[in-house]
Amino acid sequence: MKFGVVIFPGSNCDRDTVYVLKNILEQEVVELWHKDTDIQNVDVIVLPGGFSYGDYLRSGALARFSPIMQRVIEFANNGGYVFGICNGFQILCEAGLLPGALMHNNHRKFSCKNVYLIPDSKIAPITNHLPRNRALKVPIAHGEGKYYADKETIAQMRLNGQILFRYSDENGNVSEAVNPNGSLENIAGVCNKTMNVFGMMPHPERASDDELGNTDGRLILESLIRSIKEKA
Amino acid sequence: MSSIEVNLETAKGLGLLPEEFEMIKKYLGRIPNYTELSIYSVMWSEHASYKNSIKWLKTLPRKGEKILAEAGTENAGLVDIGDGMACAFKIESHNHPCAVEPYQGAATGVGGINRDIFTMGARPIAQLNSLRFGNLKLDRTKWLIKGVVKGIGDYGNAFGIPVLGGEVFFDESYTMNPLVNAMSVGLVEKGGVVSAISKGEGNPVFIVGSSTGKDGIHGATFASANITEDSADDIPSIQVGDPFQEKILLEASLEAIKTGALVGMQDMGAAGIICSTSEMSEKGGCGMKVNLDKVPLRQKNMEPFEILLSESQERMLMVVHKGREKEIENVLNKWDISYAIIGEVTKGDRLEFFYHGEKVADVPASTLVLGGGAPVYEREYKEPAYYQQYKKFDINKIPEPQDLHEVALQIVRHPNIASKRWVYEQYDSMIGTGNMSTNFPSDAGVYNLKGTNRALVMTVDCNSRYVKADPEIGAMIAVSEAARNIVCTGGKPLAITNCLNFGNPYNPEVFWQFVNVIKGMGAACEKFKTPVTGGNVSFYNQASIGGTEEAVFPTPTIGMIGLLENKNHHTTLAFQEKGHMIYLIGRSHNDIASSEYLSSYHGVKESPAPYFNLDEEFNVQQTVYELISRNYIQSAHDVSDGGVFIALLESAMPKGLGFDITTDAEIRSDAFLFGESQGRIVVTVSTSRETHFIDYMVESKIPFFALGHVTKSEIRVDDVSFGFIADLKKAYDNSIEELITGQNPSL
Repeated sequence: MKFGVVIFPGSNCDRDTVYVLKNILEQEVVELWHKDTDIQNVDVIVLPGGFSYGDYLRSGALARFSPIMQRVIEFANNGGYVFGICNGFQILCEAGLLPGALMHNNHRKFSCKNVYLIPDSKIAPITNHLPRNRALKVPIAHGEGKYYADKETIAQMRLNGQILFRYSDENGNVSEAVNPNGSLENIAGVCNKTMNVFGMMPHPERASDDELGNTDGRLILESLIRSIKEKA
Repeated sequence: MSSIEVNLETAKGLGLLPEEFEMIKKYLGRIPNYTELSIYSVMWSEHASYKNSIKWLKTLPRKGEKILAEAGTENAGLVDIGDGMACAFKIESHNHPCAVEPYQGAATGVGGINRDIFTMGARPIAQLNSLRFGNLKLDRTKWLIKGVVKGIGDYGNAFGIPVLGGEVFFDESYTMNPLVNAMSVGLVEKGGVVSAISKGEGNPVFIVGSSTGKDGIHGATFASANITEDSADDIPSIQVGDPFQEKILLEASLEAIKTGALVGMQDMGAAGIICSTSEMSEKGGCGMKVNLDKVPLRQKNMEPFEILLSESQERMLMVVHKGREKEIENVLNKWDISYAIIGEVTKGDRLEFFYHGEKVADVPASTLVLGGGAPVYEREYKEPAYYQQYKKFDINKIPEPQDLHEVALQIVRHPNIASKRWVYEQYDSMIGTGNMSTNFPSDAGVYNLKGTNRALVMTVDCNSRYVKADPEIGAMIAVSEAARNIVCTGGKPLAITNCLNFGNPYNPEVFWQFVNVIKGMGAACEKFKTPVTGGNVSFYNQASIGGTEEAVFPTPTIGMIGLLENKNHHTTLAFQEKGHMIYLIGRSHNDIASSEYLSSYHGVKESPAPYFNLDEEFNVQQTVYELISRNYIQSAHDVSDGGVFIALLESAMPKGLGFDITTDAEIRSDAFLFGESQGRIVVTVSTSRETHFIDYMVESKIPFFALGHVTKSEIRVDDVSFGFIADLKKAYDNSIEELITGQNPSL
């Protein structure tokens, strides 16, 4: 499978994402520069974490206007797979490819730590091969990760199986006490209605290497790869 | 054009001494103009010239077979780590800016130290920091810690380098003058190192990155004076950071190096353009002609001296091979970085600065820099009276508390002991996917050298209370503790960088502290074979409030790196399983001197440094290194602040386990649990390894003591219950946040 990892000026998880996809998951990976307009026939586009263009205005607000993003939007609208992690998730929401918005954490501080996620959607390609009823340990690192969408949108998403992950405790129980940023309904990741665009605040690429002692994040990337292969 | 008249008073106003003004006139053969005087005032400031410290710094051990760049020769130390790779690392202070503007002060400190690393061609891979504040109950301290931590976080998180370690310490002496020491560690292929040098007549000089503004003018001079009630008026001396610009400057600089078109490169930090042009020129033995009107400015009406001295951040000076400018320009255009060619390399050693065709300054490069014409002083020093006074301390005059459980609870909550979670969770610690201690906590930070069997180990340490009590022993302990942390992690210490934070060097008692710290540090570095690769000296860390001067605790922060030769030997500090036996390696003493327990529980501030013996310390460390290499132990954690009890608690918490121990009947229980005698390490041993372990220990002749065993969750000391781990952990985890916010986060 061929992945394209987009690099904006200010992206800083691009190298990590490329490393995990290439060296650990043994996929073909190309780097897509923000000024590029050629997406090189990739199967999946990944928008990595970071602070695109400095994110001084609002996270992801500028990146959506870059040349490459016009192609990413077309690609997604034609059914191409797009996965945004952290800042990538913020950009996808800003670009209107995913519902909702990401706001400042309720405690107003940047927060980096391991959290637990319980997969919600049983049908999304990125979650359908995950072990059931087991929480995954995956780190977060963000200042603007509080997910918000209006009531109707949330109700629709629930109905469609668009809620990918919720923050939980290590046993998978969802409660306000384990919500790290004030996200509505503890939502940590969502996908679009057609289930080809995914976004999540936690960093699966940071929990993919055996040498770091935690590979729960790799399961998420593997689920996506397996689902796409099955569909092809 | 600057028409300010120059005389002795003008010179004094810029912080120069009368004899220094005389030296300048001699070097130039005339009276300098105001621009030239400004140049000398910043280049000869303590911060840039090390004029009062260099004589003593030169006595430190600086050579070693793994050292690739000796202290003072490049922007950071450079150590061979094998497989054709080198590690560049350095620590630096940003204390004075943080005292008046904690957010920007800390942010630009992080920016500056990272530029020192990537200006050598190394990609930064880890950061550490050492922070010191006053009493956390004061609003000023809360304002400072919130600002500093947010500043470090916002800059480092966006720049994208993980924080792998650090320390936070609170004492009244830092109330007005906090210490913010930031360390960066980078990796570079041995062949890819770039030097901060300028040579080759006619080669063009590029200024790259942010445009130049009035921020930070005379910043180096500001950093070379006491903090006073009026220091806030010096806010224009504080620079403003832009991590996005730094990130693209990093990527563009590393790409520019790859073209091979660079002669040399240096970042612009303290003293701005004048510092980079003079240091690079002096190193290459040539001169430079610079047109200051070509420098991209962000403000109107800047005087030539302001352009020269501006400390605007995120700028690089590049000297490029003539004819290959295009290759560099292509890289800079790709990253949309602004740049300008501002001059060229010349023969001789004159630095000539022009402004719209008019020569505004003409000075010999060598007269500006350390090792050249910059002044070097020998300061007098005198033993302060407190030193002998502290030694009169007698443990027998301190009553032993009845209820040690209650003492433990109080110490666990003390901000010097409690979890620094509120601080470090604001830093990205996992970016780069190299942090091996996130899920396997250990005494030092561990960075995975991907594709090899090795890892880089790093730590920052200094207990400044010990250094105040006895500068020589305190400095030895700081080096030893750093080495102990590396060894407990499974690594071998390689080299150090240091950040020497002191009061006013013109005060003989302060300078006595400095001299003795250097002596102690030198001795310990010799013993551990960890040469000093550089660092920074920060004097004038004292506040004059209402006429009296109060210096901070003398604080020689040690940043040490080491190598884990075999990743399988990465050892955690965490207890692994119920039933594992707990041993204490190293001898305990009836000693509570300079402990957190004595200082904060009993309120006794006057006592000597804790028990310390350099040879014993070294032998204990060697033994633990061997135990790890032989896979005889399951965990290792050094005994430091808070003593044995806190070491046990820190080992028990990660997996929610408890411990059941017996104290040594020969020693007062409070001294055994909370005393801080040095050279001790807590280890755990599984049943299957216990015979091997004991046989090895008996043979090694190193004292060791069976403390007890790991339990499911209860903590018992001499058959008295100290409660359950979850309760102590809650107190430990939340104490600092409660103090800062006034709220209990667990409610």
